[in-house]
Parts: sequence; C-alpha cells; structure tokens
Amino acid sequence: MTPNLVYVIVIGVLFGAGVSLLLERTLTRILIGVILLGNGVNVLILMGGSFGTPPIVGDDPVEGMSDPLPQAMILTAIVITLGITAFLLALAYRSWQLLGHDEVQDDAEDTRIIELAERDEGPHAKEEESDDDDLPNPVYDCPPGKQVRR
Amino acid sequence: MNALVPLPVVIPLLGAALTLMMARKPGLQRTVSLTALTATLTVSAALLYMTVTDGPQIVAVGGWPPPLGIVLVADKLAAIMLVVSTAVTLCVLVYSIGQGAADGDEETPLSIYHPTYLALTAGVTNAFLSGDLFNLYVGFEVLLVASYVLLTLGSTENRIRAGTTYVVVSLLSSVIFLSALGLVYAATGTLNMAQLAGRFDELPDNLRLLLQGMLLLAFGIKAAVFPLGAWLPDSYPTAPAPVTAVFAGLLTKVGIYAVIRTETLLFPDGRIADVLLVISLLTMVIGILGAVAQSDIKRLLSFTLISHIGYMLFGVALATEAGLSGAIFYIAHHITIQTTLFLAAGLVERRGGTTALDRLGGLAKLAPVLSILFFIPALNLAGIPPFSGFLGKLGLLQAGVDESGGLVWAVVVGGVVTSLLTLYAIGRVWNLAFWRKPHPDMPTVEDEADGSTILLPKLMVGSTVALVAFSVALTVVAGPLFDITSEAAADLLSRTPYIEAVFPDGAP
Repeated sequence: MTPNLVYVIVIGVLFGAGVSLLLERTLTRILIGVILLGNGVNVLILMGGSFGTPPIVGDDPVEGMSDPLPQAMILTAIVITLGITAFLLALAYRSWQLLGHDEVQDDAEDTRIIELAERDEGPHAKEEESDDDDLPNPVYDCPPGKQVRR
Repeated sequence: MNALVPLPVVIPLLGAALTLMMARKPGLQRTVSLTALTATLTVSAALLYMTVTDGPQIVAVGGWPPPLGIVLVADKLAAIMLVVSTAVTLCVLVYSIGQGAADGDEETPLSIYHPTYLALTAGVTNAFLSGDLFNLYVGFEVLLVASYVLLTLGSTENRIRAGTTYVVVSLLSSVIFLSALGLVYAATGTLNMAQLAGRFDELPDNLRLLLQGMLLLAFGIKAAVFPLGAWLPDSYPTAPAPVTAVFAGLLTKVGIYAVIRTETLLFPDGRIADVLLVISLLTMVIGILGAVAQSDIKRLLSFTLISHIGYMLFGVALATEAGLSGAIFYIAHHITIQTTLFLAAGLVERRGGTTALDRLGGLAKLAPVLSILFFIPALNLAGIPPFSGFLGKLGLLQAGVDESGGLVWAVVVGGVVTSLLTLYAIGRVWNLAFWRKPHPDMPTVEDEADGSTILLPKLMVGSTVALVAFSVALTVVAGPLFDITSEAAADLLSRTPYIEAVFPDGAP
C-alpha cells in the first residue's frame, strides 16, 4: 500500500506541534503536546495497516478488507492516553494549588550542587568547622549576590 | 501450552482489584497483597524450574494461536527475571508494611498504596513474559502509570516537582516506543517477536537500523542509559523509601531486559555494537562521577544505579555467550543489591532523621545492626570479593578480555575504574554517616523512649535482613546460577529455542 499524502502531512503537523509544545515549561501546554503527539502516533499506526471494507467475515471478500489489528492497537493507545491525560491534569492542578503555577521546575539539589561547584567548594566544606548549625547555610540563607565565602 | 505462564500477571492484577475493594480494611489489604506476591513468587520459581528442565514455556492468550493472538513466553531469561524481581518486591512490601505501621500512615495513603503496588508488579511481570511487542508496550504502560501514582503519593510539593519530570520523560519514551511499533507493523505486518525475528532479516538494512534505533532510544530512556538518564536522580529520591527501592531495583532493569530481548532476538547482526560499547562506557564513568559529587545518600545511590546500568549494557554490546551470561547475572545481582541499599538508606533516614550526609554521623556506634545491613550490600555493590558483585563484574570483564579490539579494552578499563570509584563513593558515605561524631539534630534514644518515634521498626529491619540474606545467597549459589545464565545466554544467541517454542511448525 502506498502512503496517503494527506495522512503523512497530518502526522507531520501533529508531531511537530506536539514536540514544540512538549518543550514548553507549563504543564498544561505539555499536556496538550502529549495529546497531539498521541493522536499523531495513532494516525501513524493506522497507516501501517491496509485500507478497505469493514473486516467482518461473510459480508465482503477477505482480500479487500481493512486490517483490524492497527485499529485494535489504536483503541488501546487511546485508552492509555486518556488515563495519562487525566493524571497529568491532576498533577497540573495540584501544582497550581501548591505553588500558584504549573511550571516544571529545576531540581533543587542540582541547583545547589552547581552553585557549590561554582564557588569551588566540596559539599562538605562545613565539616572542619565542627557542628555549628547557627551559621547561615551559604546557599539557602543568604540573599543572592551576597554569599559569604567562608 | 502451560497454564502457569500467565499467573504471574494475573495474580497481582486480581490482588490489585481485591485490595482496591478493601480500601477501608488495611489489615485485610495487607494479607491479600502478601498472599498474592507470595503466590507469584512460588509460580515464578516453578516456571524457572520448568524452563531449565523443559525449555521455554508458552501460552497463547485466549486460545488464539500465534501469530493471531498475543503469546506469553517464559524462557530462562524471563524466568530468572521473574524470580528475582518478585522476591525483591515481596521483601519491599513487607518493609513498607513495617514502615506504614511505624509511621501510623500519616504520609502515605495506604488504601491506594497496595493496589498500585500490585499493579506495578503485574506490569513488570507482563513486560518480562510478553512475546509480543505491543503487549510489551502495554506492560510498560501499566508499570509506568502505577509508578506515576507511587512516586507522587501524598502529593507534597517535592514529589509533585519530581513526579512532573518523571512523567513527562516517561511519556516521551512511550511515544517513541509506540511510533516505533507503528513503523514495525507497517514494515513487517506483525508484532509477534518470534515472527518478527524472521521478518526483520528480510528488511533492507537501513530500515532495520532505523527501527532498531527507535526501539533502543525508547528502552534507553527507561533504562536510564547515558545521556538519557538525567531524569532518574531528580525523581527517585523524593519518593517514600520502599517506593524508591522497588523503582531502583526493577524499573530500569525492565528497560535493560527489553534491550536484551530485542537486541538478541530481533537484531542479532550486531551492527551497532560499537555504539553500544561507547554508550556503556559513558554511562559507567559519567554516572559514577555524578555519584562522587553527591551529598545525599539517596541521590548518590541513584547515580550508582545509572552507572552500573553501563555494566549490563556492556554485556549486551559484546553479544557473546559469556557477555550476555555476565549481563544477566549482573542484572539479578543488581536488582537485589540496589534495592537492599535503598532499603538500608530508608532505615538510615529513620534512625538519623535525614539522608543528607552533612547532617548524619556516628551511626556505626548508635545502630550497629543498621551499619552491618548497609555495609554488606555496599561492599557487594563496589565489587569486593567474594560477593556476587565481584563475580558479576569479573564475568563481564573476563568476557570483554576474551574479545579483541581497542574499544572493548577501553570499556574494560572503564569498568575497573568505575568499580574503584563506586568503592570511593560508598566509602565516603561510610565515613560521613557511620563514623564521625553523631550530629546533634539526629533523633536520640530518648525520643524513642518518650514514644514519639520508633527508630528501627522490627519489620523494616527484618525485611532488609531478608534481602541482605538473599543477596548473600546469590553469592553462595553463584555457580549454579551462572550455569543457568550461560544456558539462557546460549538460548538467546541461537534464537531457535524461543522461536520454536512459539511456532513448533516453523514461523509463518
């Protein structure tokens, strides 16, 4: 079977739009990107099978039937996408509840280690100074730009 | 046809449904989960015995003969994975029950925990048993969706942040996997793996390379292979200790299992062996360098997890019997060890109030049992003789030395360096958390006496002891186990046992 150009273009547009939305920081846009990507994949799977008459034995000759397997796979994929969409929505809502926005954030620990590396200190530079907890934590407790070098 | 084959998937799923109905009866829930997992473990052990004596066991789901219906196949590789993973999940379940009982269930809503945990197990076993690429995808999705829920249990701010990264990255890998499936079906007209093995040989080389690349990319993200594994250390450590432990033990290994299965069965020509070697070297070295830089036990362990994935990939890249056998042995070893270490880290968190290395100290004196429970798997991970980690690494490196080629030698050297750096990273944890003076913020024995906390609940310690014993047992039975993994590797390389089990009269 030769691929139908309309399908190819539809898949291309869905994938392109989906990927560019996936690169956004807001979870809602990522979610829309995931839905678009999911539909793009569904059309892609559909193209893998042959097209023809409904696959019901007895009505039409077997040779001219469409391939039912991709359709069964798409049904499964749709159900999975539905579940994941619901979960992502809940995640976005909870993030909005807690933080007032739904942006994907940087990892706190990563940021801390990068800052430590920039200041050329090991993570345990505090060790030698016995257990003095009253001193400010050099990363968290100081306003930006005013970090004390100890 | 063997009726036992689908049971490792069916029992946990039924258990999940039952526990969901018993949401208000936590005691009954626990009994059902424990029974379900014990039964799964028994069935898996029986399957392992059968595959070793009689060869691969299959079942055609719904009575539809392959390639029309979905087929479940338990060969030696799948059976080994099943036994090790269900044994580990059972121990972790006991541990989490111990933790829940000690915590008074304040943080984790236990009513969801049990069904999700069992669904996760069902997804993992389904992925191991699947003889059909689309069913493998479904297995992945079941375990991933369950893992999304487990990772964001309690939905605190930290977990939402970590969960978002994890969910988005996993979704991306699923989309790539599903697109690859669409293309595979379009190119070959089947998704049955035994049938694909023959059909792929007829495809043009470039098309096959594209499909192989897409599948590897999808599995690589799940297995947290460099450079696709950056999501792992950001997401795993925020989950509750038992959840992190079971994720660390199982989820990445399911990815590696899928890599082994597809590389050996579908793409045996080894055209990208050099690429895999380079990736395995980078995964090992960069992962362990990440571990050295960490100041938190859980994050450090997450990086050692990524790093040691490189060893397994090395065995796959070699694609010799010794290499694959070493890789399978290493997976069995690593599932157990990494889970044990995370459980021990969970105990450290309880005893010391934190896993941040700069706020811990003196645990060796305060909690000698805990320090032994950490010390044995830690040495095992670093590959100190006589433990299974040493044997696994030795097997893999030996397999590498048998091969000629500069690249293989580079990976062998990288493997040795990684092993030494693992020892260094683990040694640092030992020095900072277990020696030194105790930190003043740590909970004391008085806190326990006044009833505000239980420092080391018996059930949690007991299940960790069981896993440590299991890991030591892997060392003791290393000889017979190596024999089985060698047979499994030989079966994988020759491909015929698998294909003949599915199609006794030859593939259509």
